[in-house]
Amino acid sequence: MRRSRGLVRPRSGARRALAVLLPLLVAAPLLVAAPAAAADVRTEDARIPAGSGADAVELDTTLFLPADGEPPAPAVVLAHGFGGSKDSVADEARALAGRGYVVLTFSARGFGRSTGSIGLDDPRYEVADLSALIDVLAERDDVVQDGDGDPRVGVAGASYGGALALLGAAYDQRIDAIAPQITWNSLTSALFPSQVGETPGATPADTAQAAGAGVYKRLWSGLFFGLGAAPSGDLLDLLGGAAGRDDRPAPADVDVEDVTSALTCGRFSAEVCAAYEAAASGAELTPEIAAVLDRASPAGVLDRITAPTLLIQGTQDSLFGLGQADANARGIAANGTDVAVVWYAGGHDAPASDQDTAALRNRVGDWFDAHLRGRDGATSSFEFPAPTGLGTAGTVGRVQGGTRTVTAERYPGLDGADPVRRTGIELSGTVQPVVNPAGGTPAALTTVPGLGALTAALGGSTLEIPGQSASFESAPLQDAVEVVGAATVELAVSSAGGSATLFAKLYDVGPDGTATLPAGLVAPLALTGLSADPAAPTRVGVTLPAIVHRFEAGHTMRLVVSTTDQGFALPVEPAVHSIALADPTTVLDVPQVEGRTEAAGGATRWWLLLAGLVALALLGWGAALLIGRRRDRQLSAVQPDGEDVPLRFEGVTKAYKDGFVAVRDLSFEVRRGQVLGLLGPNGAGKTTSLRMLMGLIRPTEGRISVFGHAARPGAPVLSRLGSFVEGTGLLPHLSGRENLRLYWAATGRPAEDAHMEEAIEVAGLGAALDRPVRRYSQGMRQRVAIAQAMLGLPDLLVLDEPTNGLDPPQIHAMREVLRSYAATGRTVIVSSHLLSEIEQTCSHVVVMAKGQKIAQGTVEEIVGAGGAVLLGVAEADTDRAIAVLEGLPGVTAGRTDDGLVAELEGVPRAEALRALVDAGIAVDQFTPRRRLEDAFLALVGES
Amino acid sequence: MNHVQVNGAVAGYRPSRTLRLTVELRRQFARRRTFGVVALMVALPLLLIAALKLGASEDAGENNRINLVDVATASGLNFTLFVLFATTGFFLVVVYALFFGDTVASEAQWGALRYTLATPVPRMRLLRQKWLAALVLSVGALLTLTAVSVLAGSVAFGFGAIETPVGVTLAQGEGFLRLAGMLGYLAVHLLVVGTLAFWFSTITDAPLAAVGGAVFTMFVFAILEQVEQLGSLRDWFPTAGEFAWTDLLQTPVADGDLFRGVIQSLVYAAVFTALGFRAFARRDVTS
Repeated sequence: MRRSRGLVRPRSGARRALAVLLPLLVAAPLLVAAPAAAADVRTEDARIPAGSGADAVELDTTLFLPADGEPPAPAVVLAHGFGGSKDSVADEARALAGRGYVVLTFSARGFGRSTGSIGLDDPRYEVADLSALIDVLAERDDVVQDGDGDPRVGVAGASYGGALALLGAAYDQRIDAIAPQITWNSLTSALFPSQVGETPGATPADTAQAAGAGVYKRLWSGLFFGLGAAPSGDLLDLLGGAAGRDDRPAPADVDVEDVTSALTCGRFSAEVCAAYEAAASGAELTPEIAAVLDRASPAGVLDRITAPTLLIQGTQDSLFGLGQADANARGIAANGTDVAVVWYAGGHDAPASDQDTAALRNRVGDWFDAHLRGRDGATSSFEFPAPTGLGTAGTVGRVQGGTRTVTAERYPGLDGADPVRRTGIELSGTVQPVVNPAGGTPAALTTVPGLGALTAALGGSTLEIPGQSASFESAPLQDAVEVVGAATVELAVSSAGGSATLFAKLYDVGPDGTATLPAGLVAPLALTGLSADPAAPTRVGVTLPAIVHRFEAGHTMRLVVSTTDQGFALPVEPAVHSIALADPTTVLDVPQVEGRTEAAGGATRWWLLLAGLVALALLGWGAALLIGRRRDRQLSAVQPDGEDVPLRFEGVTKAYKDGFVAVRDLSFEVRRGQVLGLLGPNGAGKTTSLRMLMGLIRPTEGRISVFGHAARPGAPVLSRLGSFVEGTGLLPHLSGRENLRLYWAATGRPAEDAHMEEAIEVAGLGAALDRPVRRYSQGMRQRVAIAQAMLGLPDLLVLDEPTNGLDPPQIHAMREVLRSYAATGRTVIVSSHLLSEIEQTCSHVVVMAKGQKIAQGTVEEIVGAGGAVLLGVAEADTDRAIAVLEGLPGVTAGRTDDGLVAELEGVPRAEALRALVDAGIAVDQFTPRRRLEDAFLALVGES
Repeated sequence: MNHVQVNGAVAGYRPSRTLRLTVELRRQFARRRTFGVVALMVALPLLLIAALKLGASEDAGENNRINLVDVATASGLNFTLFVLFATTGFFLVVVYALFFGDTVASEAQWGALRYTLATPVPRMRLLRQKWLAALVLSVGALLTLTAVSVLAGSVAFGFGAIETPVGVTLAQGEGFLRLAGMLGYLAVHLLVVGTLAFWFSTITDAPLAAVGGAVFTMFVFAILEQVEQLGSLRDWFPTAGEFAWTDLLQTPVADGDLFRGVIQSLVYAAVFTALGFRAFARRDVTS
C-alpha cells in the first residue's frame, strides 16, 4: 500500500494537480517544505486520570497544538480503532492541528500505555473517559470555550473510535460535531446479522435485521476479540502488577484465577470476556450477550445526538457494512440533526487509496470547519465511489489510477429528501432444494476478514459448494444497472426442521459465465418458524448486502442462496431446505442513486485545457511577431559602403569558455570582385573566422559586417552568402542531385534563382550525381559541396580549403571557376594552408597565425616584396651575367646553392632581363626568388 | 542593388519560407532509419499475431491476473489494445526518442547543420520545424502501428467489439472512439520522452547520446517507480501515467488520471522544449 505522508497535501484529482502545475519543477522542495510547516505543530504528552474507584484509569494522551501565537482554537478529540493506540491517529492529528485545531489523541483504556481493561465503548467507562478528556480541554486557554466548562469540541474516529464518537455525542452534550467512520450502529446486528424482515425503506442501504436472532459472524468476532485478548507485554509483569524484575511474585503467590483470566481475557473486562466466551462457544445470541452488545451500540441512544454528524462508511467492509451507517443516519436525522453520509472504496476489508484517504481527511476537516468555526465549505451532500463492474475496488483489472466519486445532493430518504429510487429486475428460477452439510463443512468461501474480498485473490470466483445453493437469474440486462445500496427480494422457504441458516448474495455474471461477487459481501439469514410443507412455503423478505456496483449491459444478475459460509457459525445438524422465489414474477428491488460524478466537470475541463492551449499558442504567435518586427528594424541598420565592402572584420575577438582565444583583434576588409585568400597554418583561426561570419559562432568582441549588415546568427543578409566550411554536410542517404535540390528547397527561395545547371556543371559529376552520396569519393563530395555553396550565385562565396581531396586537373578547373566567378563582380574568400593554392587562385591575401593577422595585401605585394630573382643561365655565362647585373645601379648578384641569385633592389625585373639579353646571354629561367612560401614563413616566424 | 531587400537579404528570401515542413519531411523520409521504424511498426503486430496464434494451442489459463493479454485475441480491436499495451513501456518510448533525439544531433553529425543555419534558417525556426517534423514522424509511426494492428488483427481475430478485461463489451464505433482517445493520450504522453531527447539533441552532436540519454532517463524513472518508499512522489515522475490511457476502457470513462497525465505531460514537454530552444539559441555551432 502506498502510504500518504500524513499531511494535508490533497492529491485527489487533477483539479488539484492543475493548481500545483506551475511549481511542478519545484515540487521536490515543496515536498520538503510541507513537513516543515507541520513541524510548527507542538505536542504535549500527559497522563490524564479518569473514572473513580476500582475503574479509575490513567489515559495516555498527546495534545497537538497549532503554531504559537494563534488565537484560541476549537478542539478535536481523535479516538483510535480497536487494537490501536493514540499513535495510530497521530497523522490525522497533525493534519488537523495544521488546519488550526487543538487536537487531543488518547489511548483508550486497555490499549496502548493507558491502564484499565477494555469495556467495549461502555457508557460507564470509555464514554465517561471521553467526558473526562473534554473536562481537561475546558480548562485550557488555547481552546475556544462555549461556556463555563464547555469547550468547543468535535470528536472523530474510525471503527471502535467512531462508535465512541457517536456514544459520546449522545451522552455528553458539550460535543459540538462528530465524524465517526466505518463504525457500527448496533453491535448485535453487526455480529449476529440476519437480514430478514420488512423492506424496503426509503434510504439506499436500509438493511432489515431480524429481532432476537442472527447468524454469528464467527471469523470477524474472533479476530476482534483476539486483538484485545492478546496479553500485552510480559505475562509475569501482568500477573505481578509491579514493574520491577526483582520483586517478581513467588509462584506460590500467583492466583490461578488471575492467570486464567489474563490468558483468556487479556485486557478485556470480565463482563465483556464472559459475553464473548458465551457467544463463541454457543454461537447464539443470548440476552446476556445482547445486553453487553447493546450497551456498546449507539442504536438505542441516537435520539440524543444533536451534534452535526458526518458518517463515513466503506464499501469494502464485511464487518460493519453500509447498512450500519444507514441506520445511524436515519436515527440521528430523525431528531432534525444535521447528517451527511460519505461512502468510500475501502473499509475493514481493504485500505482506502492514498487519494481517498486525503480526500476523506479533507472532508472531515471541512465538516469541523463548518460546525466548529462556522465556516462555509462543508455540504451535507452524499458521496459514493462511482460504481464499477469490478469485484473489488482498485485492485483488479486496473493498471493504475484512482476511482471517481459520485456526489448526490442529499442522502436519499433522509429528513425530507426524496426516497431512493428503486428499480425492479425480474428474476426467474424454479424451486430448488439445498442441503446443509453435517457439521457445516464443507462451506462456501467468500470473504476473509481484513483481507478483502477473496474474489480478488481467486481471480474473480468465489467458492460455492455444489448442492448447497439455489440460484435465480435475471435476463441479460438491456442497459447497465448501477446498484447503490441494498437490493431486496422476497423468497419462499420451507424446511422440515422449521429453521434454516441461509446466505443470500448477488452475483454479477458476465456473458462468458464468469461470476463476480461484488465486494465479497453476503447477507446471512437466520430463519425460524418455517413451514415444513414445500407446497406452502413461508415468505421471507430479504435484504441483500449493500453494495456499490455496476452491472454492465449484457451481464445477468444472479441471486444465490446457499447454506454455508466459512465466515459464520453454521448449524451442525444436516438439513435440507427448499428455496424458491416468492412469486413466479418476483423482482429484485434495486436501489439507484443519481449524482454528479466528480468528472462531470470533466468535459468542461478538457475544453478549458484546449482553450488554454489555443490561447497560449496565440500569445506565443503574437509575441514572436512583435519580436520579429523589432529585429527587422535592428537589422535594417546598414553601413553606407556596404555594397563595396562585402566583408569587413573590425576588431573581432573570439575567446571560448575554456579561455582559449581562437581569434584576437582581427580586422580586414574584402572589396567587390576580389578573390581573397585567408592564409595560415592549422590552428591560425581561419575556420573560426569563417564560422563567425556565417553566424555559427558569436564573436566575443568586435563586429563583422556582411554587405554592411551585422553578421549575427540567422541575419537575413546571410542569404547573399554561399559557403563551404569544413566538411561537406551532404545528407549521405540522398543522391548529389537530390542534395542540391533539397538544399535549395530549404532556402525557400524561388527555384529559378538557383541556377542549378551552372552549379551542376561546377560539380562535374555527370551520371554519378544520381548516386547516393555515401558512395562518393572524397573529391566527389567536395565538388558537390562547392556546387551547393554556389547555388543561387551568391554575392559572397566562402570556401574553406576548397581543393582538399581534388586531383590536379580538378584543382586547376576549380581555380578557373573561382577566378571567373570573381570576374562577374562577385567576391570570393578562400582559406587554405596551402601557399601555392593561394598564390595561384587569389588576388588578395590575409595572412594569419595564432589567431592574429600578420599581413594583408595583394598577392603581388606579399610575393614580390623582396625583389630577388633566381636566374638560370649556362655555367659558362654565369660570371658574365654577374658582371652585367652588377653593372646595373644597386644590384648585387652571386652564386648560391640554388643557382645564380640577383638582388634587384628596386630595379625592375624587366630591365634586368633586357640587360642580360642585350649582352647576348641566353636566359633559361628568370623567376622571382622570394615566393609566398618564404614570405609566409618569414611572416609567421616573426610573430 | 535592386536584387537586395532592405534588411540585407537577397530578393526572394523570406525567413518564414525557409525549411518548410514538407522539405524537412522529404529530407527525413528518405532515411533508412525512418524506413526501418515504419517497417518495424508494420512487422511488430504481425509478429505478435503469429506469437498469439502459435501459443493459442497451449494452456493459456495459467495466469489469473486480469490483463489485456487475456483478451488480446477477442477481436481485432482488442488485439490493437494489447499491442499498444505491450509497446507503451519500451517500444514507443524508443521510437519517440529516436525521432526527436535524432533531429538536430544527426544534422550536426553530418555537418549539414551549419549550412542550414547559414542559409540562413533562423535558429528558432529551424528548431520549430525540426520539432514539428519529429512530431509528425512519431505520431505517424504510432498511427501506422495502430492501423496495421487493427487491420491485421481484424483479419486474424475478426472485426468484433472490444471486450475489456472486466467483461464489458464496447461496440466497434464506441471502441474506435476510445481508441482514438488512447492514441491522443499516448501521443501527448510520449512527448515527454520525445522532448527530453530533443533537448539532449540540441546540446550534443551525437544522435546516439541524445536518443540513448532520453531512453535511459525514462528507464531510470520507470525503475524508481517500483520503489514503494517514494510514495506519491512518483506521481510527479515524467513516466507517471504512462498507462493511464487504459482508463478509457472503463465505462463510464474515468478521466481523472488522463487529465492529470495530459497536463503533466504537456508541462514536462513544454519545459524540455524550452530548455532545448534555450540551449540552441546560445550555442556556438562548432560541428
